Amino acid sequence: MRETKKIWKIFLVWNYDKEEEWLNEMAMNGWTLTSVGFCNYTFVKTEPGEYNIRMEMRPHDDGYLEFLRENGVEYVGRILQWHYYRKKTSLGPFELYSDIESRIQHMDRIGKMLFAIGMANLLIGIANSIGPSRLGWINLLCATLLMYALGRIQGRKDELKKESILHE
Amino acid sequence: MDNNYALTESTYYIMLALYNPAHGYGIMQQVEEMSGGRVRLAPGTLYGALTALTGKGWIVQLPMDEGSRKKEYKLTDKGREILMKEIERLRELVTNGDMIVGNTDIGGK
Repeated sequence: MRETKKIWKIFLVWNYDKEEEWLNEMAMNGWTLTSVGFCNYTFVKTEPGEYNIRMEMRPHDDGYLEFLRENGVEYVGRILQWHYYRKKTSLGPFELYSDIESRIQHMDRIGKMLFAIGMANLLIGIANSIGPSRLGWINLLCATLLMYALGRIQGRKDELKKESILHE
Repeated sequence: MDNNYALTESTYYIMLALYNPAHGYGIMQQVEEMSGGRVRLAPGTLYGALTALTGKGWIVQLPMDEGSRKKEYKLTDKGREILMKEIERLRELVTNGDMIVGNTDIGGK
């Protein structure tokens, strides 16, 4: 059995590249992501820098995972629609997107997800506020946070859109 | 509408690579080779483009060989027509560039 360790850590959705950066730093230090859970990550001891890590939001699609496998990409796991992958550095650089348009589409997928969960929380919050339950405020707070996250993602998307006026 | 918009660089190269049947990884290799290593298609981008191109009917997925798990794709007649028009458009861009700025061919006259 190879040595493993589990770390609990919270990242904010609009800073998912910070999360990715951290996972790559761990890999650089010889700890490669091997499974993910809600706010927790399990790492296995590997050679330092043996793997690169990437993550993306997309609906689960076995055809896509098979396609990635053909490219030497290993699927690590997912939380809801956040997928985590790794690829051996010896197999070459690891990017998921190579043009601005697909990065914009990725932001769209994140935005849609945040909007859907945010709306659900808003409706449940309102229903609970007028009903007998006193806990409606929790959902309303969640909805507010999710809408804030949506705004941040929208901002990142706008940056990309500005770029796409002149470039691909 | 299909005829008035320029193709993106990725789309153009993917369609060019599918002039003969190829699978995903084959497309990436061909495109990288054709562009002298400049254009490296990333899998997420390529998969999205293949899905969109199939939806438009510009490429088709070929029936899978038994025992093979790799999906192969090929340009359709409609796709070939779009590609020819695009080459024509690109030629116009280069011709005008050459005319105004001078011949930009490497080692040009």
